[in-house]
Amino acid sequence: MSTNAKDLRNPLKRARGLGSAQSGVSHWWTQRVTAAALIVLGLWLVVTVLGLMHADYAAARATLAKPWNAVLLVAFLISALWHAVLGLQVVIEDYVHTRWKEVFLMVAIKFLAVLGALAGALAVLRIALGA
Amino acid sequence: MADTRRPVSPHLQIYKWQVQMATSILHRATGIVLAVGVLLIVWAMLSLAAGEDAFNQFKVCMGSPLGMLVMFGWSWAFFYHLCNGIRHLVQDAGAGYAISQFVRSSWASVVVSIVLTLLVWAYVLTAGGAA
Repeated sequence: MSTNAKDLRNPLKRARGLGSAQSGVSHWWTQRVTAAALIVLGLWLVVTVLGLMHADYAAARATLAKPWNAVLLVAFLISALWHAVLGLQVVIEDYVHTRWKEVFLMVAIKFLAVLGALAGALAVLRIALGA
Repeated sequence: MADTRRPVSPHLQIYKWQVQMATSILHRATGIVLAVGVLLIVWAMLSLAAGEDAFNQFKVCMGSPLGMLVMFGWSWAFFYHLCNGIRHLVQDAGAGYAISQFVRSSWASVVVSIVLTLLVWAYVLTAGGAA
């Protein structure tokens, strides 16, 4: 930290590339936590979908409209898309070496993931609330 | 750019193929596949919320040969990423790092994921499924 009051540089300018910003493990840790959630939610989804194999439209809708199923489905969508963004980010960082393409892809996957989560959650809500 | 005169690590073609290399690469590949696959689940939710016609259209797409192929591929990608992901979580906890254990758990991920995929599809086919 600067003790010189005349120094107008932002502390971030000093920190960038020079040391820890104290957020290094959050990506790694969040990836593991979403992974743990997805073990349970993913298996639940596969079992639920297998149970719907012979279901017609009304039966499928009625199953997903049950409160627990609706909650778990939204939880699955959010954790899966979050986990996907974290994973794809690492792949992009490893293989895309042109800076503007890297930044573009990083932002694009986040937009897509948020859009997917919102659209999916709204669809589940419409089914659950019978709209 | 960094100093390009520094020694570089030998690239893929130098190494003899080992199962750990395959499991590592497959984990990334299946992760990318599953990220796209989540969008299919969002599509299913949207069509279920949109009405019976839209849902039947979705079922026709998924029941087509191409749709079944996608579902089969998705199911293996899911089970592989699940098994190998659990393996990575165990390793993150600090266990299973001896080379012999590493090789054995790699094969376990591959074999168990194939067995689970075949079990699910055996169930689908014997239950007279195929959407």
